[in-house]
Amino acid sequence: MNERPHLAVVGAGPAGLAAALAAAGRGVRVTLIDSAAEAGGQFYRQTAAALGARRPQALHHQWRTWERLRDGLAVHIEAGRITHLTDHHVWFVERHDAPRGADGADGPGRVADGAGGFTAHALLGPEQEQPVAVRADAVLLATGGYEKVLPFPGWTLPGVVTAGGAQAMLKGGLVLPGRTAVVAGTGPLLMPVAAGLAAAGAKVAALVESADPRAFVRHARTLAAQPATSAAKLAEGAQYAAELARHRVRTLVHHTVVAAHGSGRLEAVTVAALDGDGRIRPGTERRIPCDSLAVGHGMLPHTDLAQALGCRLDGLNVAVDDEQRTDVPGVWAAGETTGIGGAVLSMAEGRIAGLSIAARLDSRTPDVRSYQAAAKARTGLREFFAALEAVYAPPAHWTEQITDDTVVCRCEEVPASAIREAVDELGAGDVRTVKLLTRAGMGWCQGRMCGPAVAGLAGCAPEPSRRPFARPVPLGVLARAGETDDQGNVTAY
Amino acid sequence: MVGAASALYAARAGLDVVLVDRGPVAGGTTGAGEGNVLVSDKEPGPELELALLSGRLWADVAAEPGVAKAIEYEVKGGVVVASGAAGLSALEGLAGRQRTAGVETVPVGPDELHDVEPHLAKGLAGGVLYPQDAQVMPTLAAAHLVRLARGAGTTLRTGRPVTEVLRTTDGAVRGVRTPQGDIHAPAVVNAAGTWGGELAALAGTSLPVLPRRGFVLVTEPLPPRTVRHKVYAADYVADVASDSAALQTSPVVEGTAAGPVLIGASRERVGFDRSFSLPVARALAAGATRLFPFLSKVRAMRGYLGFRPYMPDHLPAIGPDARVPGLFHACGHEGAGIGLATGTGHLIAQALTEKTPDLDLTLFRPDRFSEEGV
Amino acid sequence: MTSRRSPLSPLTPQSPQSPQSPLELVRARPNPAFTVTFDDREITALPGQTIAAALWSAGITSWRTTRERGEPRGVFCGIGVCFDCLVTVNGQANQRACLVRAEAGDVIRTQEGNGHHE
Repeated sequence: MNERPHLAVVGAGPAGLAAALAAAGRGVRVTLIDSAAEAGGQFYRQTAAALGARRPQALHHQWRTWERLRDGLAVHIEAGRITHLTDHHVWFVERHDAPRGADGADGPGRVADGAGGFTAHALLGPEQEQPVAVRADAVLLATGGYEKVLPFPGWTLPGVVTAGGAQAMLKGGLVLPGRTAVVAGTGPLLMPVAAGLAAAGAKVAALVESADPRAFVRHARTLAAQPATSAAKLAEGAQYAAELARHRVRTLVHHTVVAAHGSGRLEAVTVAALDGDGRIRPGTERRIPCDSLAVGHGMLPHTDLAQALGCRLDGLNVAVDDEQRTDVPGVWAAGETTGIGGAVLSMAEGRIAGLSIAARLDSRTPDVRSYQAAAKARTGLREFFAALEAVYAPPAHWTEQITDDTVVCRCEEVPASAIREAVDELGAGDVRTVKLLTRAGMGWCQGRMCGPAVAGLAGCAPEPSRRPFARPVPLGVLARAGETDDQGNVTAY
Repeated sequence: MVGAASALYAARAGLDVVLVDRGPVAGGTTGAGEGNVLVSDKEPGPELELALLSGRLWADVAAEPGVAKAIEYEVKGGVVVASGAAGLSALEGLAGRQRTAGVETVPVGPDELHDVEPHLAKGLAGGVLYPQDAQVMPTLAAAHLVRLARGAGTTLRTGRPVTEVLRTTDGAVRGVRTPQGDIHAPAVVNAAGTWGGELAALAGTSLPVLPRRGFVLVTEPLPPRTVRHKVYAADYVADVASDSAALQTSPVVEGTAAGPVLIGASRERVGFDRSFSLPVARALAAGATRLFPFLSKVRAMRGYLGFRPYMPDHLPAIGPDARVPGLFHACGHEGAGIGLATGTGHLIAQALTEKTPDLDLTLFRPDRFSEEGV
Repeated sequence: MTSRRSPLSPLTPQSPQSPQSPLELVRARPNPAFTVTFDDREITALPGQTIAAALWSAGITSWRTTRERGEPRGVFCGIGVCFDCLVTVNGQANQRACLVRAEAGDVIRTQEGNGHHE
């Protein structure tokens, strides 16, 4: 691969697609790198082609928007403006120093600020053994997010899956986690997951949402402040509610799953009502037989590539300016990686990023008017989701439900008691020290699953963890990554 | 780590100890270490003597109830390998001098290397086995030494940065100031590691500690004893002793009790730059896969970096500072601070209680770099 | 960018009877099924499905035992992040079942511990 595309977009979800289309439409050559077999990301995850779905939209919302993205991508691919690399898992983005003799003159083209371009290092296919390197002058990180799940006794039993995972398996492979499902946790994802499972033939025994309905009232003003946004979102919510009612799904608001039961696999869950302080209301526990539990407590952004590039974070999110630029010249970010806010916000951010990149690569300042509508949508949706985050909250005292023998770090099998001991007796007060003392977060997933739980048990705020490799990489690949030839060019593998 | 050991030995010597850290336990270089307790990488001299003393003291600590398992103490032995004839003869020369200084060394012929370490590359010239080399899990080791120190009466104060070293009108130390209040003591031990120079400056004196960055790669978990010893190439010793600021990497590979293999070692003086360097990771991976070809299919899951407290003559500062009465130093151990912590703590406790130290501290004098002397 | 809604609510099935399976919901006409083996037992898989999807279809929910406690695990995150669904496929350990697509004749085995055998 000797081509030198101008822009590498990492992630072909709504943000990456919107950015790729906007940039390609203005003359930028784009390489769209994505880990899935087909574009779409998590929100528009496509059913495998060989499964021959003749009505795939039955599993999706906002299908029209997807058709626009899909058709736009096809046109640009056909015209040679976008190269779409599927099944490519990016593990590192390397920033090169400017070639010798290049001046670092300032100007509208921030990309030219001394940066010598980038190499995105990827591994090919699900096996992730063969390396591929992609050179680019600018990078857009649209790496999306993943689901946060807080532990409870029994959460490691087979049959307990993340809500997003249940949805991904359904959309991608047309399979259900079991016959009788409970959907639980908190957040706007739970309703579409429950509705989707029910529509696909699962019996959804209950939707268990821990949010307190009074919180909606408290935030009503903010939620209503963006009439266009909230009207669309409320209509969406009402639609899900109608679907759930039609499938006779019982919704338990201000309830939580206390424990999952079973030997070898899930057989039932115990749910209970919460009191005003967010504690279990004694005597309200009830057992619901089920063979699957789809559970989630919100989303977290994927920021590993950005962090390894040295991009500044704002809390857990990649920090960006009005043009979606990070503080590293030549690197843009859009979508969930800059803050959780759903597909529509991701597309607005992606479009702004794409237009900014097209201008900046041409040493121009982008015309703000070219993305006025997207910027307005971005403002409204960010405020809306900030309010939603305050509404959808796990029970205030969720750590009290974690018994000492509950495995918190699924990879390294670290029980809550070990984390509590590290904090109470060995002087740990932060996630890093707990990890070093207990191995929680040191396993295959690198703390992506247990990070929020460990922070909660340690009594500190969740903090971004530094992960130099976004994915595990074979040492043989690493040993040759970014080798240069005599002229200082990166050799193709 | 050195602070924890100093607190433990001082408390056990009967002193009233307050252990102060600006962060959590093991929050500095300790948490980024590999946990080496080595004699193999040291030329005969004061540092090797300190290493031999420290190795004995680690064995004593590990013999206390529950400690060995808790800190993952393992006398796994070190294997140094040479790829060619020249390297091998240099290695054998070093081993001969070390033997005279009291180190156990076992020459390993090219045919025997695979009995010692089955997955080593073929065609190596030979090596030397150092049975005394040991390993601990450094964060656990520090935390459990702190636990033992607290058992001996030490008070632990984490999350308290020292903002000032309090001194009397005639210049003697009388305690430290933190945002949460003053702590009064007639003696202050500077065990701030890579940041020891800053603490010395707060006490009105100087100590030339510089950061020397190191990266470690960590693999996916492998079966126990896939890599049995700490295995490294003979040029590692030369890199450790080097004064260069430029990047040096020499492969150091070892298994851990938990399964992952650790891969070092890089050295470069780039200040406190925390950004990840692909060229360094590439060099580490290349070195490790040359020593152990099977590793090329094994995945690196993560990497971490730390800043070794580098001193211009590669010797730590241990003992009283003649320029500031009441100030003691126990820092500047470069990459050997975990291994040398017990000996250092023991010697500091002897100095604090005005006993004759087990080792001559002359060469470790903290004021040895200051030309104006006292 | 306000989202325009399709006139037909997308999750509303056209027939009054609710679908009994995901395949029915999307009116799938999959390519011919094939067989793979899981711990020497033959199971049927559809082309395009991941190993995890094929195992779920066969009612199998766990295919790994953990290193320390030997506890069963299967899919958790479903998108390649959690590594809970590691499995041995055609002798290759530590494959994420939720990512790897099933191929005819695949030999799938429960992965015990770290998956590396001496």
